[in-house]
Amino acid sequence: MSTYYAGLFADAGILLLGALSVYIILATGQLSLGNAGLMGIGAYVTSYLTVNVGVPITAALTIAGIACGAIGVVVGFPALHLKGIYLAMATLGFGEMVRSFFLNFSPMGGAGGFHGMKHISVGYIWAWAGGLLIVVMLLERSRVWLEMQAVRDDETAAGLVGLKTTTTKVAAFGAGAAIAAISGGLFAHQFVYIEPGNFGFERSIDFVLAVILGGSTVAPGALAGAMLLVLLPEMLRFLADWRLAAFGGLLIVVLLVRRQGILDRSLFRLVTFRSSPT
Amino acid sequence: MSPADQTSLLNLNAVTKTFGGIHALSDVSCDVAQGQIVGFIGPNGAGKATMFNVITGAYRADRGTISLAGTMITAQPPYRIARSGISRTFQNIRLFGDMTVWEHLIVAQPHGESLLRRLLPIGWASPGVLHRAQEVLEFFGLEAVRNRVARSLPYGIQRKVEMARAVTARPKLLLLDEPVAGMNHDEAEDIRKLMLQLRDAGLSILLIEHDMAFVMNLCDYLYVLDFGVVIAQGRPHEVRANPLVLDAYLGRAS
Repeated sequence: MSTYYAGLFADAGILLLGALSVYIILATGQLSLGNAGLMGIGAYVTSYLTVNVGVPITAALTIAGIACGAIGVVVGFPALHLKGIYLAMATLGFGEMVRSFFLNFSPMGGAGGFHGMKHISVGYIWAWAGGLLIVVMLLERSRVWLEMQAVRDDETAAGLVGLKTTTTKVAAFGAGAAIAAISGGLFAHQFVYIEPGNFGFERSIDFVLAVILGGSTVAPGALAGAMLLVLLPEMLRFLADWRLAAFGGLLIVVLLVRRQGILDRSLFRLVTFRSSPT
Repeated sequence: MSPADQTSLLNLNAVTKTFGGIHALSDVSCDVAQGQIVGFIGPNGAGKATMFNVITGAYRADRGTISLAGTMITAQPPYRIARSGISRTFQNIRLFGDMTVWEHLIVAQPHGESLLRRLLPIGWASPGVLHRAQEVLEFFGLEAVRNRVARSLPYGIQRKVEMARAVTARPKLLLLDEPVAGMNHDEAEDIRKLMLQLRDAGLSILLIEHDMAFVMNLCDYLYVLDFGVVIAQGRPHEVRANPLVLDAYLGRAS
């Protein structure tokens, strides 16, 4: 594989993890527009651990995931009081707050960024991305996932059948934050340089877009969305300067024709030769 | 015999709930005895739905106490009240998204199993959970629609699924909010028979219903609410003859 395509696949793997982080939170009916902030925390924590402390990358990613998961739980509690667009705005604010923090945090380079990380292979990135995708797909077959769906569909009814809705929503935030942190750690070691601008609002939008475009009802939808968002602009290169405009147009068409995204439950079951509930 | 004279399962004592200046419930006291079907009737806006919401923890009572089998449940969160033995259905059916009937019966049994077990695939749930879901599926005659998405089913069957979901958790008390609203005679009769079977199995039922013939034929005891106040109570034939009830709800003609 050429360096160029290796870079693209690495981008897709990192985007897949970012999309999965949004997907898990969305599965409980909460839309987060601040996951790039969580990714940023993961990127800085992992980089600090590998560069300044000398922790191996896998251990550093694990520690960053756990630490950021705890931060996600803390963020998840105030988020319980907000719904819909208000929650989206609050999480957007959180993401911008994190970006501003690192912009002024000179021990990690501030606006000048942070470097010194060792480059990782695309295979390593995909080991994490593929592994976590499989974990989420297994989670989708569990009762915990049913509980998350119940909370998303009707929080009041879910509580009245005995489900701990608060725990479910906060835990989803924690899990999503942990995955976003791992995405950030991999990003930092793929590009071997990070700056606060890498983790801005646009990246959070990319995560959400990958989920909405790929399909927000099955985890492989995040994979489809991530691959499309990374590869489609490249495939449209023959359009030269018009390629991003064409890309935007295609996105609108896909969403108009298939609002549920490219993959949904029934299509996924069809392509995996499983019977579908009717 | 009033429910208070028997072993009381649910007891409401002087429960009051206000919204702004409006008294939705004023000093409401009532009992539901073990193995009884108790009905709450009253005109629209009488406070029946508020009472269900207060009992299940969706609303918090301003004053008064609620106990289930002698244990105070006032002001507890809804999930804890559900786990202590109260399940309910809703006036407007509230099923979960694109879950199948089977999945509804599994998800409604959240307690008693560890997180680790619940993280395993649904088919690996404990034999007790799977057996209970199968038992309820058969009791409600839902085997044929086991793997159908519940919301895609006809209205009458959706009502049954919601009732089955409520029963799956082995409640002590089942709250049914207009269980036969919008149903034809045969469907309503089907639900009535199921309710009697559930009562005979020891389950206590508290229901809100506007279909007077249904209520009179089914309930062991009735309370009549009007403007948030219990204006009458008694066995169905006693309530039917009560002049206050005739004025407030049934109308002189009936």
